[in-house]
Amino acid sequence: MSHRLATGGRLIDRSRTMEFSFNGKALSGFAGDTLAAALLGAGQTLVGRSFKYHRPRGIVASGAEEPNALVGMGEGQRFEPNQRTTTTELFSGLKAISQNHWPSLDFDIGAINAKLWRFFPAGFYYKMFIHPRPFWKWVYEPIVRQSAGLGKAPHPETRDADRYEQIYAFCDVLVAGGGIAGLTAARAAADAGQKVILVEQNAHWGGRAVVDGAEVDGQPADAWVDATLAHLNGLANVTVLNRTMVSGVYDHGYALAYQRVADHQPGADMPRHRLWRIRAGEIVNAAGAIERPLSFAGNDLPGVMLAAAVRDYVVNWGVTPGRRVVVVTNNDDAYRTALALHAAGVTVAAVVDARKEATGDLPARVRAAGIRVAEDTAIRHVEGGKAVTGVALCRFESDGGAVSETIACDAVAMSGGWSPVVHLWSHCGGKLTWDDARAMFRPDPNRPPLNQDGQGFVRCVGAANGDLDDADEAPMQPVWMMPAQAGYLLRAKMWLDPQNDVKVSDVQLAAKEGYESVEHTKRYTTLGMATDQGKLSNINGLAILSDALGQPIPQTGTTTFRPPYTPISLGVIAGEARGEIFQPLRKTPMHDWHESHGVHWEPVGHWRRPYCYPRNGESHAHAVSREITQVRKSVGLLDASTLGKLVVKGPDAGRFVDMLYTNIMSTLPVGKCRYGLMCNENGFLSDDGVVARLSEDTWLCHTTSGGADRIHAWMEDWLQCEWWDWKVHVVNLTEQFAQIAVVGPDARKVLEKLGGMDVSRENFAFMDWREGKLGGFDARAFRISFSGELSYEIAVPASQGQAFWNRLMEAGAEFGMMPYGTEALHVMRAEKGFIMIGDETDGTVIPQDLGLNWAISKKKTDFLGKRGMEREAMVSPDRWKLVGLETLDGSVLGDGALAPLPGKNDNGQSLTQGRVTSTYFSPTLGKGIAMGLVHRGPDRMGEVIEFQTETGGRVAARIVDPCFYDKAGDKQNV
Amino acid sequence: MLLLTCPCCGVTAEETEFANGGEAHLKRFGPGSTDAEYEAYMFARKNPRGVHFERWRHAFGCGKWFLMARDTMTLEVYGAYPAQTIEPPAEIQARIKSRRPEWEGYK
Amino acid sequence: MSDAVSALAGVRASGMVDLADAGLQGMITLRGDLSSATLAEAVRSATGADVPARRRVATGSTGQALWMSPDELLLIVPYAQVGATVAALETALADEFAMAANVSDARAMVAITGAQARDVLAKLCPVDFSDFAVGELRRTRAAQVAAAIWREGEDDWRLVCFRSVAGYVWGALATVAQPGGEVGLYR
Repeated sequence: MSHRLATGGRLIDRSRTMEFSFNGKALSGFAGDTLAAALLGAGQTLVGRSFKYHRPRGIVASGAEEPNALVGMGEGQRFEPNQRTTTTELFSGLKAISQNHWPSLDFDIGAINAKLWRFFPAGFYYKMFIHPRPFWKWVYEPIVRQSAGLGKAPHPETRDADRYEQIYAFCDVLVAGGGIAGLTAARAAADAGQKVILVEQNAHWGGRAVVDGAEVDGQPADAWVDATLAHLNGLANVTVLNRTMVSGVYDHGYALAYQRVADHQPGADMPRHRLWRIRAGEIVNAAGAIERPLSFAGNDLPGVMLAAAVRDYVVNWGVTPGRRVVVVTNNDDAYRTALALHAAGVTVAAVVDARKEATGDLPARVRAAGIRVAEDTAIRHVEGGKAVTGVALCRFESDGGAVSETIACDAVAMSGGWSPVVHLWSHCGGKLTWDDARAMFRPDPNRPPLNQDGQGFVRCVGAANGDLDDADEAPMQPVWMMPAQAGYLLRAKMWLDPQNDVKVSDVQLAAKEGYESVEHTKRYTTLGMATDQGKLSNINGLAILSDALGQPIPQTGTTTFRPPYTPISLGVIAGEARGEIFQPLRKTPMHDWHESHGVHWEPVGHWRRPYCYPRNGESHAHAVSREITQVRKSVGLLDASTLGKLVVKGPDAGRFVDMLYTNIMSTLPVGKCRYGLMCNENGFLSDDGVVARLSEDTWLCHTTSGGADRIHAWMEDWLQCEWWDWKVHVVNLTEQFAQIAVVGPDARKVLEKLGGMDVSRENFAFMDWREGKLGGFDARAFRISFSGELSYEIAVPASQGQAFWNRLMEAGAEFGMMPYGTEALHVMRAEKGFIMIGDETDGTVIPQDLGLNWAISKKKTDFLGKRGMEREAMVSPDRWKLVGLETLDGSVLGDGALAPLPGKNDNGQSLTQGRVTSTYFSPTLGKGIAMGLVHRGPDRMGEVIEFQTETGGRVAARIVDPCFYDKAGDKQNV
Repeated sequence: MLLLTCPCCGVTAEETEFANGGEAHLKRFGPGSTDAEYEAYMFARKNPRGVHFERWRHAFGCGKWFLMARDTMTLEVYGAYPAQTIEPPAEIQARIKSRRPEWEGYK
Repeated sequence: MSDAVSALAGVRASGMVDLADAGLQGMITLRGDLSSATLAEAVRSATGADVPARRRVATGSTGQALWMSPDELLLIVPYAQVGATVAALETALADEFAMAANVSDARAMVAITGAQARDVLAKLCPVDFSDFAVGELRRTRAAQVAAAIWREGEDDWRLVCFRSVAGYVWGALATVAQPGGEVGLYR
């Protein structure tokens, strides 16, 4: 049955019909409808099932506070669960499905839970699933996982078809809420010349005043709103945003606002949502107030709705929840609903008022309209199954034992008074005060959230500030339960939180079981959890808890208000960061060449480095073997551009590098290179690399690929914060150069073909560097080797890196030149027993553990890490130290494999005597090789110890020297 | 998210432009120091509920380190000053005292 | 050199604004005492510009000087001249505590032009562009990486980032500048 009224609806355009579907059923609404209004208009009052009992649920509210009417929206790449129908603007072709039911909304198996309600009390999960213990993993958890949650998440492989973005904005005043109070505050700030951002979560402005036909400054509210908006829109210092919700207020005036740019026009070539990251001098909370439900038995049936929401549906969209409505209230405001319904031609069967008497102006007008007002009366219970069929009344001050009468009706409009929306005040620490007369928490102006200057930066105005008094209205009377002394059976049917199925009886049970803290009670009962975060339920739940604990409400306090105010999309949190630009991808100058030559990438920090270059479908292992064999036999190329290149220059640069490195760098002659280690103040190895002395006062420090930025920052830290009188400059030139390693016995021949620089053994010795032309390119070449082969690392300007690489490939063609990747690099350095930061080191390893004592100066009185290395534990002979490991059967040890010992430590863990730090199959040696840290390792050469295998077995390995290949260094010294 | 002003380049920017570097005004103890001195330098950190002096770097901006007095409870910023400062400037200490009369003072 | 290519290889795009690779630029990091007369003279002979005020860009006849930090400038000169300019700076500053380094190839520069340039930049940078003058510079964060941004003309902006992330910055700019993303924040 349609609930659309023949006339009325200030927001809809009846000439524009919009088709949509709900659970596959074709329905229609009008332009300007919300989905909730359109569903009601189409007579679809049953919209979902509740979380625990699978009770039938209808629309309760008309805005962001809606707990029930959540649907899955869209399809495929645009499917989204838990969308609030009350804030979804209708568009043609909208597809919605209801949630939490099986097999269908009308016939739901889970509804059996409702019959078993006695077995699902508060804390059901905690009580039920605790014993027997093994049942949790194998029985309970799978069942809970299957049945938990409201909507269904999209399939993990689904990609969101829409785009999202963020924007940073700055203002003097951010006004949250476009009702009269917000518009007034915005206008005052704007006219005073302040920079203002005014946001309203809905598409429409004016808040309640325009619905209730109020007057502002002697004008009808809607005219005043239009004029004020026009004024603000005309000012250059004002940004006006509708469909935008301030979702959270954070430190120092930071706020997030969630703009739903294109939700109402899906598929438009626009960002769907935009997250405004606003820094405001002041935030004005003008978010209004939310009406409270009343707790009476059966208050969760479809057709029981908030009174003001009923008014919204009638006035804004020309729909009514029923044709014969009972209004139930504890205040005068709900009488406006009776009048609005009456004016729209809907029968109001009665206004049920809990107060002893209703004598104000509004009740008088209702009576004058011929509507019956029942004072000192409560709804004892609502009758009906999937829809309201009537209400049974009783005296308010009673236990509900006696039904005074039954009234047939198809909808109930309830009002328990109003709660200021204090979230934006409270998110960042604003405190609340209890207003006894109005029975509400309101912002305490003496305890605002504080900004960087220690000043309050949020101000609440209008209803959000608790300014709810209307001259025409008589005082409300707090009603937390109806009837006042309701018995258990009634209390067990009074819903506090319809989304989570928490009832008055559940909170009372929690109190009886000893729950005193409101935060604990929330989590135990699930009151106020999930998508609505208790916008309707919290205050009623607090009141019930306080009553059960026999203490005043302010003593119980509220749960913490946390952002976001209502859920925001994950897409908007990601913003532009998805796909190719999910995170910065650092590319070397030869990146595209690698890409087009079949590279398999290895992420190194944000860099992508070639791992290997498989050819013709060969496996990675084969490719790595091929690359190593080529380098050891002839020549290969490595893109080493990612190596950090920090230039340290100044009169005190020598002194500085001597502090940074464990060995002496100040004595390095110009033109020479030296390998060095850097430690932190603990003495633990932090980075390594080759240092080249460029000139009398200039050193070039190479760092690991991942270490460039970190070590640069480390250097600046010491220079700025400790040795600020030292004259040293550091410039990070990592990306200025493409650095290419030409490696292998034929490397010199390749460079000689390029011509220019003298690369002869006599004039360019191992650990020298030279500057000059190579093949016409400006080049700086370093004769250093990480592979044990004849090797030149050549730096050219990055913009010429690709051209130089091409030139080397051409020149090397006759030698079978091929690029090699990081895995070949790793295997070759392991064959040589060279350590790798991050493999042999883990932040607890000192150089001495790695047999690098030769690189630690004994002469220097100080260097970073020296004091740390002197500690007792660091000089103990019992440390795990680096050794080579060779399995007896030639197999490859597992990466990180432990060498167990019999016995357990104090924590009951197996004792160990070592672990593998690097392990590879060496194609050069035709067997597995490894390095590892072993207890007193170097003292145990030749000993065989066992390591764990991944399958739980053991494999025997002999402790050997870590250098497996060309220990004398003949190959690199040619 | 904090709003900080870098005393080195004068920019007021959100926290994401900065990197926190822990407690300020530490005195380095290197070779020759006792175990107790070294331990205090390396590991003993204040963790006050209230006034705290810390190191910050304008990492995405001018790259400079600076020092700042901040309240870890209210997040009030009492002032920022150059990293090349041995102890908090008198005017910042005075400002803290005026805002937090109960503050026991630096050190 | 003829085979030198900028990180963005001349790419262009149009949307809410025009985006273009500004191409190879001669860029020199100059560290030193910015109040030194010797340094000022060296900057003037390199660029024709004075040492810029804090967070400003000074434009001269042969180049620009950009204030990067209290002891650092970025000089912009024609790409072909950068080697000679660095050499001249080193000579001029030989007796100073100063350092000049060629960083031309370590950076990428993007030109962002159009009336909505600030709206596009505001989508990536936590910066208030409302009172951002022509000739003003700000080092900040562009999405997830460091960048320097300055206002070259009323609707003409430059962004400099590290070479390795040029593709990332370009992608981010092109993404947020797509038509349909108009916001009208800066008018």
